[in-house]
Amino acid sequence: MSVLRDNWDLIHKGFVETLWLTLWCGVVALVLGTLLAACRVSPVPPLRWFGTAYVNIIRNTPLTLLMFFVALGFPKLDIKFDYFTFAVIAVGGYTAAFICEAVRSGINTVPLGQAEAARSLGMTFGQTLSLVVLPQALRAVIPPIGSLLIAMVRNSAIAGAFNVDELFGVNSTLVENGENVLWVFLWIAVGYLTITLTLSAVFALLEKKLAVAR
Amino acid sequence: MTEALDKTPSLEKEDAVPLVVLSKVNKHFGALHVLQDIDLTITQGEVVVVIGPSGSGKSTLCRTINRLEPIDSGSITIDGRALPQEGRALARLRSDVGMVFQSFNLFAHKTVLQNVMLGPVKVRRETRQAAELRARQLLDRVGVGNQADKYPAQLSGGQQQRVAIARALAMQPKVMLFDEPTSALDPEMVNEVLETMRSLAADGMTMVVVTHEMGFARSAANRVIFMADGRIVEENTPDEFFGNPRSDRARDFLSKILHH
Repeated sequence: MSVLRDNWDLIHKGFVETLWLTLWCGVVALVLGTLLAACRVSPVPPLRWFGTAYVNIIRNTPLTLLMFFVALGFPKLDIKFDYFTFAVIAVGGYTAAFICEAVRSGINTVPLGQAEAARSLGMTFGQTLSLVVLPQALRAVIPPIGSLLIAMVRNSAIAGAFNVDELFGVNSTLVENGENVLWVFLWIAVGYLTITLTLSAVFALLEKKLAVAR
Repeated sequence: MTEALDKTPSLEKEDAVPLVVLSKVNKHFGALHVLQDIDLTITQGEVVVVIGPSGSGKSTLCRTINRLEPIDSGSITIDGRALPQEGRALARLRSDVGMVFQSFNLFAHKTVLQNVMLGPVKVRRETRQAAELRARQLLDRVGVGNQADKYPAQLSGGQQQRVAIARALAMQPKVMLFDEPTSALDPEMVNEVLETMRSLAADGMTMVVVTHEMGFARSAANRVIFMADGRIVEENTPDEFFGNPRSDRARDFLSKILHH
C-alpha cells in the first residue's frame, strides 16, 4: 500500500494517460476499422484492394515493429508529432485492421435481402451500409470488438517505451526509485484491470441493449 | 421504339404506353443460361403475371428489371431510360421501381412506421411530417395501421408482407415488382396479401408479379407470361392461357399444378 500512497501522483498520472491513450486509440481504431470494412465490401475494386492490402499488411506485422516504424521512421519523412500521437497512430492503426475484420464478419451476418431491399428503395451504397446494414451488424460485432479493445488497452503499454508517461511506463521510474518490484507491478496490473474490466462491463451492457429480435 | 415518351403520372391509365421494355436480354449464372433472348414490353397500368416451373428464370427476370441482377447482354429501359451502371443514377431509377420480396426483407432494426418512412425521408428527402402522414395512410390502406410502432419480427408473415408493400408504395413508384410475394407465407395468410395486390391492380398500378398463385393470375392479370428454361414460352391473356394453352410445355405445367 505504501508504494501506491508514496507514488500516487506518478501512478495516477500514468493511469490517466493510459485512459487518454485508450480513448484516442479506440476512436481511431473504430472509425478507421469501420471505414476499412466499408472499403472491403464496396463495389469499387480499388477500394476493396486498398482495404485488403491494409488489413493483410498491418495485421501480420508485429506491433513493436509498427511502433518503431511510426515513432522513428515518420520523423525521417518529416512527419513530426509527439510520441503520444505516434502511439495513437501505431496502436490505433494496428487495432483498426482487426476491427475491420470483426465489422466485416458482422456485415456478413446481416441477410443479403436487407441490403437488396435498401437498394431497391433507391438508396446508394453509403446509405445502404450506414442506415440498414451497419446498425444490424453492430450487435453481432459487440463481443469481438470488446475483446479487441481490451487487447488494445494492453497493447498501449508499448507507448511506455517511447517516453509516454502511461501506466506501464511508470514502472521504470518506480523501480529506479527502489520500490518493491512486486508491488509496483501489482498496482500497475490493478490499474489496467480497472480499465479493461470497465470496458468489459460496458460492452456486456451494450450487447444486452442492442439485442433485437429478428 | 422507346424514345420520346411523354412523362405520364404513374397511376394514370393510358393504353399502350410502354413503361418497361426488355429486349434481347441474356443472363448466365456460370454455365447456366438463365435468361435467353428475353423480349418483353410492359405497358402503363398493365398487370403481368409471370409463371413457370422452378429454375425457369422467372425470379431472375423480375430482379433484372431494377438491376438487382445485372444482365450480360441486351437492354432494359424503364419509362424510356436505359438502366445505368451501379451508382447514383441507378439508385435514382430504382427509387421509381417498387420491389416486394419473397422473404419480406423488412428492416429488422426499425419499426413498421420507420420502415415505410425510411425511403421517402432518406432517398426523396421529404420532411418527416409529410413522410409520416403518407406512411400512416399507406399502412391503413394495407390494413396494418395499428401495428405501426411494432418491430417486423412481432408481426405475422402476412402482415409483414403488407408492410413491405406499403414500404414500396411510399416511394410512389411507376411500377411494382413482386418476386413470389406469397411463397413464404402460411396458407391462411396468402389471401390477405393477394387482396392487397388486387386492390393495387384495380387502382391502375403497373405490376410485374412472379407467382405460383394461379387464382391471382386468372383474376388480376392482364397478361400471363409462361417461362421455362430461361425463355418466354408463351404469353397470352389469362383466359386464353389457362383455357387453351398452346405449347406442350405450358400444357404439361398446368396439368401438374391444376389437377391434384
